[in-house]
Amino acid sequence: MLIQHLGPIASSLFSLLAIASLLLSFVMLGSRWLKNYLYAFATESWVIAALSATIGYYGNYPELYLIAILTLLFRGLLLPYLIWRIIRRLEVDREIHEILQPSSSLVIGALFVMFALAVSYRVATAYHLELTVAVLALTVMLSMKLIGFLMLAVRHEAISQILGLLVLENGIFLGSQILVPGMPLLIELVILFDLLIIVACFGVLVGYLLTHVGTTSTLDLKRLVG
Amino acid sequence: MIGDLLLALTLAPLVALIGCLVVHRRRFCEALNLVASAVAFACALPIPFLLDGQAQLFWDNYVILDRASAWVILCTSIVYFLASIYAIGYMRLLDEEERLYRFYALFAGFGFTTLVGPLMNSVGIYWIAIELTTLVSTFLVAFERVAESMEAAWKYIMIVSAGISLALLGTILFYWSGTFVLGPSYQMTWGVLSAAAPRMNPTLIVLAFLLVLVGYGTKVGLAPMHSWLPDAHSESPAPVSAMLSGALLNTAMIGIVRFLGITRAADLGQLPQLVLVAFGVLSLLIGALFIVRQQGIKRLMAYSSIEHMGVVALGFGFGGALGVAGALYHMLNHSLNKSLMFFGAGNMMRAYGTKQILDIAHVGRFFPTQGALWLAGAIAITGAPPFGLFLSEFTIMRAGLKPSFSWAVYVMAVLLIVIFVGFMNHFRCMYYGVGAAETPPARGHVSAWCTAPMWLALAPLLVLGLWWPGGIWSYLTSIAQSLPGVP
Repeated sequence: MLIQHLGPIASSLFSLLAIASLLLSFVMLGSRWLKNYLYAFATESWVIAALSATIGYYGNYPELYLIAILTLLFRGLLLPYLIWRIIRRLEVDREIHEILQPSSSLVIGALFVMFALAVSYRVATAYHLELTVAVLALTVMLSMKLIGFLMLAVRHEAISQILGLLVLENGIFLGSQILVPGMPLLIELVILFDLLIIVACFGVLVGYLLTHVGTTSTLDLKRLVG
Repeated sequence: MIGDLLLALTLAPLVALIGCLVVHRRRFCEALNLVASAVAFACALPIPFLLDGQAQLFWDNYVILDRASAWVILCTSIVYFLASIYAIGYMRLLDEEERLYRFYALFAGFGFTTLVGPLMNSVGIYWIAIELTTLVSTFLVAFERVAESMEAAWKYIMIVSAGISLALLGTILFYWSGTFVLGPSYQMTWGVLSAAAPRMNPTLIVLAFLLVLVGYGTKVGLAPMHSWLPDAHSESPAPVSAMLSGALLNTAMIGIVRFLGITRAADLGQLPQLVLVAFGVLSLLIGALFIVRQQGIKRLMAYSSIEHMGVVALGFGFGGALGVAGALYHMLNHSLNKSLMFFGAGNMMRAYGTKQILDIAHVGRFFPTQGALWLAGAIAITGAPPFGLFLSEFTIMRAGLKPSFSWAVYVMAVLLIVIFVGFMNHFRCMYYGVGAAETPPARGHVSAWCTAPMWLALAPLLVLGLWWPGGIWSYLTSIAQSLPGVP
């Protein structure tokens, strides 16, 4: 098991990268401009790619280099490019009606991190791993999950919702790299491609929404109730 | 022999998918999809008889065929076959001749993904199969391209993708807990996880199971994660609604059942079952409340699906041979019956040109045969004798009559009565409308393509209600025993 015998340098590198991506998801939570949102997501994907490569180096998993390259290409370049194209076509720059001020959502996000820490600590104690990087990995994974759901709940531009969904997936990807680096390569590859298909589908749907409903704000989707 | 059947079963819809994309002629696509679904049904039918108790593995252990997956595939292929017959009549009414080949390509693709899902032996690939069903069916939901179906499609893909990402998290936590027993790299199949489960740490398994349950529960439509279901089911074309309800929900349910088997092997006590029972009761409650006050005809059927998935969840939650067998039997009955109900609802929607219950009147007078079939289906879906659902719901209730779960049985009984009254009241309005206009429906004729599958669905329901073959019973109880650690 990798995380039980890590050198101090490797351990602190992992922690640094994990915390950097958590911070980036707070940047996303606090910004109201869609472009900034997108840049933060792209940077986060690069950080995760760097993390994959680092784990591949320290843990002797050569296949993780491949994953790192693919993450960089798909999540770091291709997905942001696709979303950037949708944003340009929509001519939407920012969230117009906010349910929650960015500052309040930051506070709620911080509460989520505390909750995630409590859960992770409990799980790690069960395995006597409370002094390793596992606690941090689990915390970051769970809190990015919760932050992603928060973004889905309080944002209603279609683009913000797609990005919120991608943050959910980023959190899982990050955690799984640290916790289970030996996971079969096939699954990770398919999940990467899967994500690409999802975003393509969303692109098509956003186009439909615009032509047939006339808006991309999900606040206006309220015909179907009861 | 079984391997060949399985190959034909999965290849048939795939061939139809490619054929429809290559040849755009609409009559050809109709026929191709119908033939593919008939082949799938013909192949799925004998598989349960040919299987002995052992699970069979194919393709380097990536495909598993055990009695549970054979059963779910049988349910799926029945719905796919019936819906394909129905689609021929129904889709001709939509005036979408140009795009019809896309519908049939997507429909065959949807059939393929729902048939393949239960067969996946790798837990990760099962997740991917479920995700694929969402992606394909989103475009089927959005097929009519009006504002309502766009809204439904957006909510569907958003809620289900977010929910299913929780299932991915749970799957990864399961893998992680396995690494402490099996080493950093192993093939995560259902069998390997169950075998390792007794030595895994319970804290992590509870967390992972809850995540998986909520994740796949979103796809199954268990309350309170059900909110996409009424929209998607009511706004898609009727054959797609039947597939969503009768095939897709079962495909996701089998995943929950397999994870439940793993937690039983891990000996976590009653917690996992209790959570499943709680979701089941809540689904019944939501179903009952919304059925009573419902105004849309297809939304009524959609809430009934939530109710029935709640009943199935209760069956698996109660456990034991009776509970599991009852729940599996209920899956088959519900697949048949809900297809029948959605077909009838689609016909009436097209005939009267409305989705509102209040605007439909005197169905029995204008459509004597059609109306009688639909009414019989409505009696069956509320769990009244002499149809199959009465038997399966009764079996599930008997399974729950043990001290720990008897409260759930009483709640279930009360809610089922409420649903019976509410559902029948809506049908009374549509058959003997009070105050509704006397005007005959705009379209007086329903094609034979749209009526035949209703007969085909009702006949087995009646037979299964009057006569429960001993073979089916022993088959279903053997599935219950193959789930590890059944009390």
